Amino acid sequence: MPRRALYLLPLLLFAVIAGYFLWGLASDRNPNLVPSALIDKPAPAFDLPPLEGLDRPGLATADLQNGEVALVNFFASWCLPCRAEHPLLMDLAESGGVRVLGIAYRDKPEDARRWLGQYGNPYERVGVDDRGRTSIDFGVSGVPETFVIDRGGRIRYQHIGPLMASDIEDKIVPLIESLSE
Amino acid sequence: MSPRRGLRPSLAILALVLGLLAPAGASAVLPDEVLDDPVLEGRARDLSQLIRCLVCQNESIDTSNADLARELRILVRERLTAGDSDQEVLDFLVARYGDFVLLRPRMTPGNYLLWFGPAALLLAGLAGVVLYFRRRRSSAVDGLSAEEEARVARLIGQDPDAE
Repeated sequence: MPRRALYLLPLLLFAVIAGYFLWGLASDRNPNLVPSALIDKPAPAFDLPPLEGLDRPGLATADLQNGEVALVNFFASWCLPCRAEHPLLMDLAESGGVRVLGIAYRDKPEDARRWLGQYGNPYERVGVDDRGRTSIDFGVSGVPETFVIDRGGRIRYQHIGPLMASDIEDKIVPLIESLSE
Repeated sequence: MSPRRGLRPSLAILALVLGLLAPAGASAVLPDEVLDDPVLEGRARDLSQLIRCLVCQNESIDTSNADLARELRILVRERLTAGDSDQEVLDFLVARYGDFVLLRPRMTPGNYLLWFGPAALLLAGLAGVVLYFRRRRSSAVDGLSAEEEARVARLIGQDPDAE
């Protein structure tokens, strides 16, 4: 009997490997997703200047530590997916459930300003990260990316890529609600 | 035989040698990024080849033209100039982007399967082959017994004692 069980070993190995490949092919898996290293860590230290000509202040670490839940969104005027998620951020800002803060990633101030003028400004504060150093400290690999910061200034969630309505409903809003309690 | 044909093998060898000596991938390092200190620059180049560009994910920051890769190359050089060890530079990036930023996985318990898995599978396969041949040899028969000889003879219609 043990000898016969040994013959099943290759089959078992095959099943394990095939299962792994199937998982890799799963349609809802995004191989470009980079697992986040900063979850539950304090937001990095930064102090970004405001966007010239915009009537909103700049953004610094201290703004994330004032006891309120915040959404930090990295955007750029040259980024098409940012344009796609923009109306959702406008809705979120209007709902008043969370402070929406923006960081302009490697953008020309006049372009970012024109973009916000054209499509609306959901951001309470906008920091300008012209070389992308603060973005590197946040582990941002491209725009758009969105972070949920808890009341103590810790990063609780990192969303890579454009937000979809389902992301807001299923993840962002429930998380903000639970963090605001 | 024409002289042209005689030249060919040496040309082929020259091409091969040149090809092998050439760097595997062209570097994307721009002149304004290069450090004055050749030792530091050498370390920066070696490190850059170990760091993944997170935009074009299977390229190192040394060969990628992405803006993020350029900024990371400059960052690596800044940290080296500030006196960081190679390991400190890598740790700095891993703290932000996770292990994914390393093109050469670290030797951590979670990565043991990755590092030793293929060798373990090869050894298991070799052990299987050795066991198989050993068993086969031990069960092999030296020759036919007298009883079997008689049976063979009977089957092919010859009586060994008849002649």
